[in-house]
Amino acid sequence: MKTKLRLLLALAGFAALLTGCTTVQPWERATLADATMRPDRDPLHNAMFEHIYFSCEAATGGRGVGGSGCGCN
Amino acid sequence: MSYTTRLLHGLALGLALTLPALAQVKAGQPFPALAGHALEGALPDVTGQVVLVDFWATWCAPCKASFPAYSELQREFAGRGFILLAVSIDKTAAPYDEFLQRFKPSFPTVRDGAQQLIAEVRAPAMPTSYLLDRKGVVRSVHSGFHGETTLKALREEITRLLEEKP
Repeated sequence: MKTKLRLLLALAGFAALLTGCTTVQPWERATLADATMRPDRDPLHNAMFEHIYFSCEAATGGRGVGGSGCGCN
Repeated sequence: MSYTTRLLHGLALGLALTLPALAQVKAGQPFPALAGHALEGALPDVTGQVVLVDFWATWCAPCKASFPAYSELQREFAGRGFILLAVSIDKTAAPYDEFLQRFKPSFPTVRDGAQQLIAEVRAPAMPTSYLLDRKGVVRSVHSGFHGETTLKALREEITRLLEEKP
């Protein structure tokens, strides 16, 4: 009896965990496709962010451009 | 039969009953009937015609990019037993109406606002187009729009299907 109960509880627990998983179907991605969901939507913000990032990290090229790390930019 | 075996059999049966409902419509399978899916807009008579059903949305950039090319395709094969039907999956009418007013496509367009048809077809990407033969059987599925590559493949397939005897 105890084994059955444990098995049932384990299954119930597993089923409860599965409810946290979901796949957003291609036709349900309207919200995700919104411009506000893009982190790079503002060019000015991008430029400022890159400047701060390069200065803090003392390295250029962190965002895909190769270069040395003088930290002077 | 032990309790565990019966439990596992029950789970397997549940999965077997559920999984077919999650299957995508693929080449060789009949396409679901267009009527009865609460599609908004005038459905054209597609009986006995080669049909390209294109699922698109106003929030999908490649979908919008495909419209001029599909207009060209419709013009090219018009009057030869081919019809292109664009099915928008936009939930709201406003962006859909606005886009159609701006673009004015040369092919019929309907809106699957309740997303019933798309949920049954289970398109793998946006856009996805299904080429149906005269009997309504899916002959090819084009996932995404890849410009001239997609157009070339569609032209060849449509020509071949139009040449098939009904």
